[in-house]
Amino acid sequence: MTERVDAHLEVRDLVVQRGGVNVLEIETLDIPRGLVTVVIGPNGSGKSTLLAALQLVLHPSRGRLLLDGEPMDADPVRTRRRMSAAFQEALLLSMSVRANVELPLRLRGVDRRRRRELAEHWLERFGIANLSKRHARQLSGGEAQRVSLARAFASQPEVLLLDEPFSGVDAPTREGLIEDFAEIVSETRPTTVLVTHDRDEALRLGDHAALLIEGGLRQTGRPAEVFDRPADRAVAEFVGMENVWAGERSESGVYRAGGVRLASTAKSVALGAPALLCVRPERVVLTRDGDGSGNQLRAVVRTVRPRGPVIRSDLSSGRLSLTADVPVAAWDELGVSVGDEVIARISPADVHVIEDDG
Amino acid sequence: MDLIWDGIREAARLWWSGDGEIIEITLRTLAISSAATALALLIGIPLGAVLALRRFWGRGLIVAAVNTGMGMPPVVIGLLVALILWRTGPLGDLNLIYTPTAMVVAQLLLSLPLVVGFSLASIQSVNPRLIGQMWAMGANRLQVLWLLVRETRLGLLAAVMGGFGAAISEVGASMQVGGNLAGETRVLTTATVLETGRGNFEVAIALSLVLVVLAFLVNLVLTAVQQRRPVT
Repeated sequence: MTERVDAHLEVRDLVVQRGGVNVLEIETLDIPRGLVTVVIGPNGSGKSTLLAALQLVLHPSRGRLLLDGEPMDADPVRTRRRMSAAFQEALLLSMSVRANVELPLRLRGVDRRRRRELAEHWLERFGIANLSKRHARQLSGGEAQRVSLARAFASQPEVLLLDEPFSGVDAPTREGLIEDFAEIVSETRPTTVLVTHDRDEALRLGDHAALLIEGGLRQTGRPAEVFDRPADRAVAEFVGMENVWAGERSESGVYRAGGVRLASTAKSVALGAPALLCVRPERVVLTRDGDGSGNQLRAVVRTVRPRGPVIRSDLSSGRLSLTADVPVAAWDELGVSVGDEVIARISPADVHVIEDDG
Repeated sequence: MDLIWDGIREAARLWWSGDGEIIEITLRTLAISSAATALALLIGIPLGAVLALRRFWGRGLIVAAVNTGMGMPPVVIGLLVALILWRTGPLGDLNLIYTPTAMVVAQLLLSLPLVVGFSLASIQSVNPRLIGQMWAMGANRLQVLWLLVRETRLGLLAAVMGGFGAAISEVGASMQVGGNLAGETRVLTTATVLETGRGNFEVAIALSLVLVVLAFLVNLVLTAVQQRRPVT
């Protein structure tokens, strides 16, 4: 599951305990140099604990953390000075915006002129040069978060550790902030660890993903791969794989689940072996009539509920329950309601197969 | 009432005429209490920070001792310091009893619990995540302490005022370890006690007024610092 990468940060045999219980247990995790690694997982999965361990602000019960192959805790202050962090809360100090951005440089003994230059540059890059003289307590949530990110970049860190820095700001502000951040990060390319629970954010910003569940590393890989090809049932559930069916392989590339036959182009399991068949809800296409291609399931609409830009519909096909997310416009065009019969089309490429070990 | 008016008139006259003894006593008072407060801050703020930020065995006991110390009667402190510095006491060889240094020590012990207590309360009120951010920014131990002092400066100025107030206003301990020697260890409080005892109420009132005005001026400056608009 772990790919070979040019590891900037390495986590080896890490165990963090709280109250005698292991809250984080990672055998091996490599954070690739110059890329954005998104750490995803449900609440309480240990994402923030991992970040705190990398910031050296908690003491693991066991394990090694390496930066460029060297133990990070040999000289914690020196290690931290090669990194920067930003959190969900902006965590600014009671001073002006510019003084906040200059602070990490001041702690590193950078002279006043250079400090000012860098602070002004990063305030400009985050579009908040006009706030430079404002006191940190007089900022809106979005402004404060921009200052926090400008401060994180100002010390030109090798490693950027970010704990859900976009989740505390309102939606329109968030959009612009992520856009600016993506642009800056692609130019400066620090090794970035971004903790997030947001799928869109992970797909948009991540080059690499590490998925944690209940304190354990369950899957690593490209974010799209983690979301589309989960390694096990727990990962499938977390990544929003609404359709997970227990079945078995009946012939080459063909599986049976709930009395329904499904073709898949995914890697095969042994003939007759139990398998979990996973399909993302947005990959299920509903039509009035079948066109003979791919998997075509005759299904009855059971429930319909709007979910932002899509309509989520639960359907039944034989003994199989399935969920489909259909864009609102496509749903209107389809013109069906509860009790109507439709054809659910699923491309064999969208049927992901997991060996079911129970 | 006449007695009080006479006292106020006498105070004005003493100050107007630039009475050498009054000025000398005032300056000595300021020097001893300032030194005691400065030492209390130097020791008390880091101690308050450690108590606020660290969890260790016996911490609760120390905090309870600090809280008790905040209300400790000055005569008890005076007795303790006198016993230690007495010629036959453990530090008798230093010949510090009845010196301004002994008074600084006594006032330091009186104001220290106040400074530790106020610092502890202010630093404990800082968002722990903000302290985490200070470390994450690459601050070392001293820099974290500096940032905490900066961040809690309003509360810490209360510690300065409390500490200075305790030092300058106490009389018992100064009497016990200073001896109220004219020209050497006489300060405003001990001189006031002496003049009251002699029935020289005008002088006692004059000295008290000087003490009150002095305390007020020092606190006025500190309050101005505390309440000024935040700057970069």
